[in-house]
Amino acid sequence: MHQPLIPFLLRLGDSAMVQGQRLCEWCGHAPALEEELALMNVGLDLVGQARNWLEYAAELADDGRDADHLVFRRDQRDYRNLLLVEQPNGDFAVTMLKQFLYDAWHFQVLEHLSQSLDPRIQGIAAKALKEVTYHLRRSSEWIERLGDGTEESHQRMLAAIPQVWRFTVELLDSDALEQGLFEAGIIGDPQAIAAAWQQQVAATFASATLPLPPAASPFYLDSRRGVHSEHLGLLLAEMQFLPRAYPDATW
Amino acid sequence: MPLGELIVSDGGARDLRSDDLGLAWNILDQVMDPEVPVLSVVELGIVRDLNWHAGHLQVVLTPTYSGCPATEVIEQDICQALEAAGFVSPRLKRQLHPAWTTDWISDSGRQRLQAYGIAAPQGSASKRSLLGESPQVCCPQCASSHTELLSQFGSTACKALYRCCDCREPFDYFKCI
Repeated sequence: MHQPLIPFLLRLGDSAMVQGQRLCEWCGHAPALEEELALMNVGLDLVGQARNWLEYAAELADDGRDADHLVFRRDQRDYRNLLLVEQPNGDFAVTMLKQFLYDAWHFQVLEHLSQSLDPRIQGIAAKALKEVTYHLRRSSEWIERLGDGTEESHQRMLAAIPQVWRFTVELLDSDALEQGLFEAGIIGDPQAIAAAWQQQVAATFASATLPLPPAASPFYLDSRRGVHSEHLGLLLAEMQFLPRAYPDATW
Repeated sequence: MPLGELIVSDGGARDLRSDDLGLAWNILDQVMDPEVPVLSVVELGIVRDLNWHAGHLQVVLTPTYSGCPATEVIEQDICQALEAAGFVSPRLKRQLHPAWTTDWISDSGRQRLQAYGIAAPQGSASKRSLLGESPQVCCPQCASSHTELLSQFGSTACKALYRCCDCREPFDYFKCI
């Protein structure tokens, strides 16, 4: 069971890591101090969760690479994060929309994983689920507040949707690896997760007076095969600069 | 540094004495959370077990939040305090399951939080309280229940930011989790 588990752990860990890194880009730039604190705290939770998943992946792989190595020394073709989380932050509307679409999916995934037959996965997920419950609560409130807010905030949300919507296709489909893990009782039913995600997004968009676009269609990018958008390479170049330039640096 | 590397050698291994564990609990009750320095790690509820393992004291710790930056500092503080009391090379073991909950903060811990100016978590950490309406939070300064939420996230991941509508003081609330 180790072989299919490792790429799945990379998907979970890389998505949390890249989303956390994107949130950190807001440090010093958030619209208000309270928002800055919230964005950084959510990012910190996600980086901590990424470490938990990637430490487990590293232990299973047992090839001499630790979690830091996986984060700082892999190239973009080896990253398995969702396309959604690598997209640029844009304005606050784009940032919160990405966060909400990710949180709604993340919550469902973790809720199932906290029932996993793998005790290590169960423990990490149960911990993360408590944190992500707060993330989802906050981001869904922001979607309602911005969508059903002022004319300006409503327009910003309308402009944000087409920028990120097509990347949600990966939240809806699954591959043979996930089906196998589901049948083994390790992860939740991908179809049930997708249906719950669609229901949550539809309900929040409705109360935010935002139009719900039709379900996104697959296109040539596919993070499960490491085929990412051009944005991930730039993000990694910044995130990995120091450990790559000074490989043995400690502090 | 991986926890395993904290153990440099098996030097100093010895058998358990009858008063060891009691002494160790007392020492840990003097080790404060670096971010809430009135609350000990025992009152915070993160010390899940103390036992004797292969000739050394073993401390089982559970982190409060996955990304809590205080975790490493707390582990160092615990090791230093135990070594200063004569426990040679104490071992630390991180345990994620069952996940830490604010329900484990002791009653004395809650009183200390309140006296320090941080409102203690209200109610139990059921999923309803995580997803539902904001709880009734009383101002730690003037005890008024007339307060409002400013932000779900405060100065650290474990706190939310509130404001008292009577005395007008902002304050931290230790979130239920």
